[in-house]
Amino acid sequence: MTTAQDALFRGLADPTRRGIFERLCREGAQTVGALTDGVGISQPAVSKHLKVLKRAGLVSDRREGRQTHYAAELRALSPLIDWTSEMAAFWDARFDRLEDLLNRMDQ
Amino acid sequence: MSAASDTRTVVVEREVPHPPEKVWRAIAQPHLLEEWLMKNDFEPSIGHRFRLQTSWGFIDCQVLSIEPNETLSYSWAAMGVESVVTWSLAPTEKGTRLRMEHSGFKPDQRQALTGATAGWQRFFAALEELLARTQ
Repeated sequence: MTTAQDALFRGLADPTRRGIFERLCREGAQTVGALTDGVGISQPAVSKHLKVLKRAGLVSDRREGRQTHYAAELRALSPLIDWTSEMAAFWDARFDRLEDLLNRMDQ
Repeated sequence: MSAASDTRTVVVEREVPHPPEKVWRAIAQPHLLEEWLMKNDFEPSIGHRFRLQTSWGFIDCQVLSIEPNETLSYSWAAMGVESVVTWSLAPTEKGTRLRMEHSGFKPDQRQALTGATAGWQRFFAALEELLARTQ
């Protein structure tokens, strides 16, 4: 497990943080105030979660006047969803099983 | 974005000491397919829709082309990602050269991630599976 993956998993380990991150993915950039509506926890708590997400690179912030807008950084997830290396490993393992089966079919 | 430059392909190729007819049975007969791939309701006919059952849900597939003992291709949709799996069998002196090409992955899977909540649940379930395997 790499350090980057470690930070990602830590960032997403908490269900409330996952919920916040998911909302930012689905609904686009939002302020802490808007995010607090509907998660059922206090604004300082939401801010704390955002801080952890930001540290993991999962969320970025942008100041606009007095407001800070938070946005999901989907690129941060790419170490986890490198489909080609995932699938290459998957098929390689399945080929082993297929060869196993072919040898058994002989008998 | 153009489709061609945005997709990636996984290729696995092996020579196996078994005749193509036998290899074909292993990839095209549901009960044999289940033994090394996944539980399925595959049928070797063009247009047939089938599902592969994984621990986190289903992979939706459809037979695109089929040439017994030679090639088999089907679509493969999982977690919002559309791709195509193509099998090719070529006879060799010692048996069969079996080639599997899985193509259509996009490097940037925004679509898959911004999809429905159900997609997210599957995503995290798959993530947990990945974690279990990497630990």
